[in-house]
Amino acid sequence: MQTSSDNILSAIRIEKGFPGTKALDKVDFHLRRGEVHALLGENGAGKSTLIKCLTGAYRRDGGSMLLDGTEADPRDTFDAQRLGIGTVYQEVNLLPNLTVAENLFLGRQPRRFGMVDTRTMNRRARELLAEYELDIDVTRDLASYSVAIQQVVAIARAVDLSGKVLILDEPTASLDAHEVEMLFRIVRRLKGRGLGIIFITHFLEQVYAISDRITVLRNGQLVGTRNAADLDRRELIAMMIGRELATEIHSAHSDAVAGEPRYRFRNFGRRGKIDPFDLDVRAGEVVGMAGLLGSGRTETAEILFGAHRADSGTAEIEGRTVDLSSPRAAIRQRFGFCPEDRKTAGIVGDLSVRENIVLALQARRGWTRPIPRAEQNRLADHYIRALDIRTPDREKPIRLLSGGNQQKAILARWLATEPELLILDEPTRGIDVGAHAEIIRLIESLREKGMSLIVISSEIEELVAYSTRVVVLRDRAHVAELDGAQLTAHRIVEAIAATNGREAS
Amino acid sequence: MIPIMRAYAGRLLPQLIALTAIVIAISMVFPGFLNLQIQNGRLYGSMIDILNRGAPVVLLAIGMTVVIATKGIDLSVGAVMAICGAVAASLITSGHSLAETLLATLAVGIICGLWNGVLVAVLDIQPIIATLVLMVAGRGIAQLITEGTILTFNDPGLIFIGSGSFAGLPMPIVIWLVFSLIVALLVRRTALGMLVEAIGINRQASTLSGVLTPVLLVAAYVLSGLCAATAGIIAAADIRGADANNAGLWLELDAILAVVVGGTSLLGGRFSIAASVLGAVIIQAINTGILLSGFPPEFNLIIKAAIIIFILVLQSPRFRTGVSFLSIPKAAGKPTEREAK
Repeated sequence: MQTSSDNILSAIRIEKGFPGTKALDKVDFHLRRGEVHALLGENGAGKSTLIKCLTGAYRRDGGSMLLDGTEADPRDTFDAQRLGIGTVYQEVNLLPNLTVAENLFLGRQPRRFGMVDTRTMNRRARELLAEYELDIDVTRDLASYSVAIQQVVAIARAVDLSGKVLILDEPTASLDAHEVEMLFRIVRRLKGRGLGIIFITHFLEQVYAISDRITVLRNGQLVGTRNAADLDRRELIAMMIGRELATEIHSAHSDAVAGEPRYRFRNFGRRGKIDPFDLDVRAGEVVGMAGLLGSGRTETAEILFGAHRADSGTAEIEGRTVDLSSPRAAIRQRFGFCPEDRKTAGIVGDLSVRENIVLALQARRGWTRPIPRAEQNRLADHYIRALDIRTPDREKPIRLLSGGNQQKAILARWLATEPELLILDEPTRGIDVGAHAEIIRLIESLREKGMSLIVISSEIEELVAYSTRVVVLRDRAHVAELDGAQLTAHRIVEAIAATNGREAS
Repeated sequence: MIPIMRAYAGRLLPQLIALTAIVIAISMVFPGFLNLQIQNGRLYGSMIDILNRGAPVVLLAIGMTVVIATKGIDLSVGAVMAICGAVAASLITSGHSLAETLLATLAVGIICGLWNGVLVAVLDIQPIIATLVLMVAGRGIAQLITEGTILTFNDPGLIFIGSGSFAGLPMPIVIWLVFSLIVALLVRRTALGMLVEAIGINRQASTLSGVLTPVLLVAAYVLSGLCAATAGIIAAADIRGADANNAGLWLELDAILAVVVGGTSLLGGRFSIAASVLGAVIIQAINTGILLSGFPPEFNLIIKAAIIIFILVLQSPRFRTGVSFLSIPKAAGKPTEREAK
């Protein structure tokens, strides 16, 4: 037990209940000065609830909280900010249509004769961002900068306002490797200044890259707090999911599949989206797509599925030229596509799990031939069981499910159409470890059944594990194709990093 | 079958409660309110009057429900009523047969719907702006057709639609009953209802799942145009003439209100035709009730607004969580006791 003086924030026996569930059950959490403390757990473990109790977004039901040695009880997030606890969320919640400087000083603009003193504000904004090695035009709209820069601006604002505790809630979810490194440099610097930093993420590599200590929650209870250096990956995963995961990353490397390609794309592309590329996919093959964010991975998937119309090249299936000009046309050729952005392009939030599962099949049959309710129930129940979708029942609105379960339901939507080519864009992003492993297992079993898959992922080791071939993309073009013995994480990283000189680790 | 009935009853409960409360309130102020009589084989009474007077708003609300479910809105329905009333009146007075007149008028409603649908679905204009165009222009078009006068007619067939009766019920009631039944069966017995809801909730995800979004969007506005045309014919037949300035004036707002009172969210998604029909009847009951109860007419709109705010508050999620919050202490008390042991 540390004395309270090492700890900048101590939460003791925090309790919070919602009707029907105990979201936090006497959880202890101690944050030291100058440490990065990772808070981990599967979806629904209580991470967000704990954060919301600490930042005053929820009122806790029991327990106490010491900030800097004194009792603290933030009434709301503003109060928490004033006390010294700042939070930066995954979706940057600043105002994209205001300038960077206005965002930094919103609500506390320097004034002169009662008017906002824009010149002073811009100068101070530049000074503030200089501390983060960020030299940008602070008079431009926030929206004109990348998510990474917006993230840094959000951090700068939070630290400037609060300055004791910084909570980063999945800040790296939409950043590429390079940007993550930049963010981590800033986090290390803030740590050096004595801030306590709570870091929430699903990326375990990042946890080990930056954290000093790790606290794991499961089902609203504290599993334990450990030093990151003493906790190996396997043990950490066991803490998170409560059982040894059979194979976290399976190693049985699939051999290249022989035979004629079933799908043959030639000179396929669209100006401004992706340079024309050639691609062959065989039956029973998983083609991985690797590359940084913005390298053209998603654009490739969208063009193959007809979400954007190709303006050059041809597509052939078993020798016949086919039309892929719209999602409907692609679905007619038995294509399926799980998009990267689950919330905006995948789930239909207010519809039930059942309706989400039957949607694509129903759309293909046309509105005049409704799927009988009994058949819908059978399909939904079948996939809820087969993919282990955790939902109280099939009539639950899908938006109430956790990310991993939503992803499985969208996979089920496509499996119900019995596709022959399934395109998955980041199928494992932002979902918890348990569901992650299940989706990887599913990809492998579909491949074994002879389905063709194209899988896009930022997790290179994962790609190596299940792909028979990996296409590497850079600057909106397909630049390399690796298979057999060449197919290693190291080679992929090299191919991504080649010529453009950017470090991609 | 029984669980489905129960689900329906649950969905319609707030509207049924509101309607019952209003009917009870009116009958306390105006004792003869619940009386029904049969004269010349036709039902008469204040209740029948409400259902009869409410016909245009009920019809508009049916189309509006489907449009709102797609996350759209159709502001042009009042103006389309005026156009269609004018078309019907001018065709019948220029010697066309009743069948020709009705078919041509419904076709004009469909064309108006197509116009709105194409603006929204193909040109991707925001529905509120796209339909505002026809809302403003439509009344002008109607005035051009009637040449600025109130175009009266004496065709007994057309008048029958407004004031005749069938099986003891006034024709307008028969028409909206049949219409709402057809539309409700059409959306729920086919997959249309679910696909429309999917589009309203997440258009992009629906398109990526292979739903024919543009076609369904256009179809929703066409249905709304068709409903408005029917309402326009009834309104014209009722006064035996087409009044381009006043036919359907502000009725688009009553129709939107009916949908909202019926509990369909303006943000699109889940919808219920039956609830919107009830919503329209509630609004008409309020109108008639205020008139019957003898309040000075200048209070009418204020009383109506107050009653509607009350109904909306009943539906508000915040109010509902607030109410369930009050009942939590009992429910939440038990687990803690168990823990104490």
